[in-house]
Amino acid sequence: MGVISTSIIVLGIIGALAAIVLYFVAKKFHVYENPKIAEIEELLPGANCGGCGFAGCQAFAKACAETDSLDGFNCTGAGKDIMDKISVIVGLEAKAGVRRVAVMRCNGGCGERQIVNNYDGVTSCAMEGALYQGETDCNYGCLGRGDCVASCMFDALHIDPKSGIAVVDYEKCVGCGKCVKTCPRGLLELVEDIPDKPLVWVACMNHDKGPLAMKECTVSCIGCGKCKRVCTHEAVEVTDFLAHINPEACVGCGECEAACPRHSIVHHGNLIPEKKEAES
Amino acid sequence: MKLKTFRKGGIHPDPNKLTSGIPMIKADVSSEIRLELAESIGVPARCIVKPGQTVSAGEMVAEAAAFVSAPVHSPVAGTVKRIEKLRDISGFWREAVIIATEIIETAVDEAEEALSPRTQEEVDALTPKEIIDIVGNAGVVGLGGATFPTRVKLSIPEGKKAEIVILNGAECEPYLTCDEVLMCGWPEYIVAGCRLIMKAVGVEKAVIGIEANKPQAIAAFRRYLKGSDDISVVKLRMKYPQGGEKQLIEAITGRQVPEGALPVDVGAVVDNVATAYAVYDAVYNRRPLTQRIVTVTGPELKKPGNYLVKLGTSIRTIIEAAGGLPENTGKVIAGGPMMGKAMANLDAPTTKAVSGILVLPRSISQRHEEEPCIRCAKCVSVCPMGLEPYQMMNLSIAKRFEEITSLHVMSCLECGCCSYVCPSHRPLLDYIRYAKREIRNLPKK
Repeated sequence: MGVISTSIIVLGIIGALAAIVLYFVAKKFHVYENPKIAEIEELLPGANCGGCGFAGCQAFAKACAETDSLDGFNCTGAGKDIMDKISVIVGLEAKAGVRRVAVMRCNGGCGERQIVNNYDGVTSCAMEGALYQGETDCNYGCLGRGDCVASCMFDALHIDPKSGIAVVDYEKCVGCGKCVKTCPRGLLELVEDIPDKPLVWVACMNHDKGPLAMKECTVSCIGCGKCKRVCTHEAVEVTDFLAHINPEACVGCGECEAACPRHSIVHHGNLIPEKKEAES
Repeated sequence: MKLKTFRKGGIHPDPNKLTSGIPMIKADVSSEIRLELAESIGVPARCIVKPGQTVSAGEMVAEAAAFVSAPVHSPVAGTVKRIEKLRDISGFWREAVIIATEIIETAVDEAEEALSPRTQEEVDALTPKEIIDIVGNAGVVGLGGATFPTRVKLSIPEGKKAEIVILNGAECEPYLTCDEVLMCGWPEYIVAGCRLIMKAVGVEKAVIGIEANKPQAIAAFRRYLKGSDDISVVKLRMKYPQGGEKQLIEAITGRQVPEGALPVDVGAVVDNVATAYAVYDAVYNRRPLTQRIVTVTGPELKKPGNYLVKLGTSIRTIIEAAGGLPENTGKVIAGGPMMGKAMANLDAPTTKAVSGILVLPRSISQRHEEEPCIRCAKCVSVCPMGLEPYQMMNLSIAKRFEEITSLHVMSCLECGCCSYVCPSHRPLLDYIRYAKREIRNLPKK
């Protein structure tokens, strides 16, 4: 007998023995798991983004399978279709979750903010922001090194090559909030995107006083309060020379955008992809 | 005889002391002086002047706001124009007092005349407490670059005892010669300042440590100190970072400062020679710290030299006095090439921390492309604190700050030896600095 056939026989015997042992061990120590968990997990994106508020996709699936009511359960990454399928599996009714998206609170690209020095260090917003103040005069604006881009698991953020600042792809954004935690300057904010209600937000985080903010960027909020005065819904607040729009009170009329002398308020139509198709 | 040095790590960068031996030049007083309030480590000073108010040379414009804080004085006679935010050398906004200088030509002379120096008898009559108060009120801070308020350093905590005063004249940073010029020119004043420090902390013995590449400075001190046995001069081996506080203590006394401890825990008080001079100036001449020697240098600069600069003078003005910015300038660095910081804003004013202005051409200053770590451990062998920079960088990238703390990252003195030797040009120090900053911001347990 050759070496090859000997090895085949020996390994075959070892394999068979191991299989028998493993079969009985698996029987003896079997742990019952709700089959629904695996089924639900299969449907989820598997990005473990944490947007649902659970530790990951598996934790969310487990919670779905064990709950009595799907109230408040919403996989931001998967969308409504998947939530409907999950509701079929667990036999409970899923309520339509509120879609959330991240909005970028800086609009000062290369054209708006003058570059006053060149940073030559490590390509990271966190590092540049910590060790230097950035390439422009503005202490609050986007650094454009792409920490948020790297953190996004849904390819919903990228650095615009023209303006050099991060922009959100609202079709891809699932509102998981990873970028919100990553941005060292806290420029990304999660807002609720409600159908038929256009989104309005202040695309600036500059807390400097008016004259200074004006020097730093051409689209900076100077805290003049015009938006507050024109708003008929008491949705605008100005604190520390910066306006902020309360999304709950805002109806999306866009009056403030028209009144803003600095063009720092951004008014967005419908962000939901389905809505766009319906319009056209 | 084997020269003294510290044991662990260290590197030998090219000294490049272009301005060595060039006598000090007095820079012109500029028409506008801008004084940052955060001139020292700790809490920024509290402004005590109002716009429109006239100030005389040496008048206090901001008082110390806490224990670790230093007052700021006007270097010129003039009028306070504004109190506003301006960008510092790193580009951060800082509160500052803007003073318009009056009659530039005579302002300096007037300031000199206004001083009524203390006589030797008056100085001898001062108690240690009084010396510390004078030094504190004069806004004297560590002029080696860390700007630690000297008053705090001289106030020995209760229960501890200083045994030796060490004057740091190592000046191991390449390019810089501001301490050398001071040591060669005014050894007697440095010694006088040293004796004041000795009296303030209550010790009988002092050592001036000077690297071997400054023979004139060593000779100047030895000549002056002949016959006196309280202060001695120690010639140190040339090795960077010889001037690091802990390294200098180890080189001279053989004692190591434990992690998290102060030099005084091993009985040492270390001050820069320029600080000793400032102490002398404050006590004898009643002159607060309003000027310092700045080495303005660079391989392409037309008139490199050591300039006596009034604090608050714009960095751009000083560079212009030294022949202007060469066309191929890549970076302007505040301090030396190893520990200094590239400036983001040339219009920033000179502060007490600026020991040098180094103008580097693009060819030298450009960073090399970063390559993967090859685990050669060169950074480990050169680290004067015996740390593991490569590991700290990896953890810093992963933002695992708690783990970096257990690698004793806070002992890092940011000398830059690791980044200097790395064959893969990895920005080790950048990541370590970032980690240190983040750890300081972590919530305290």
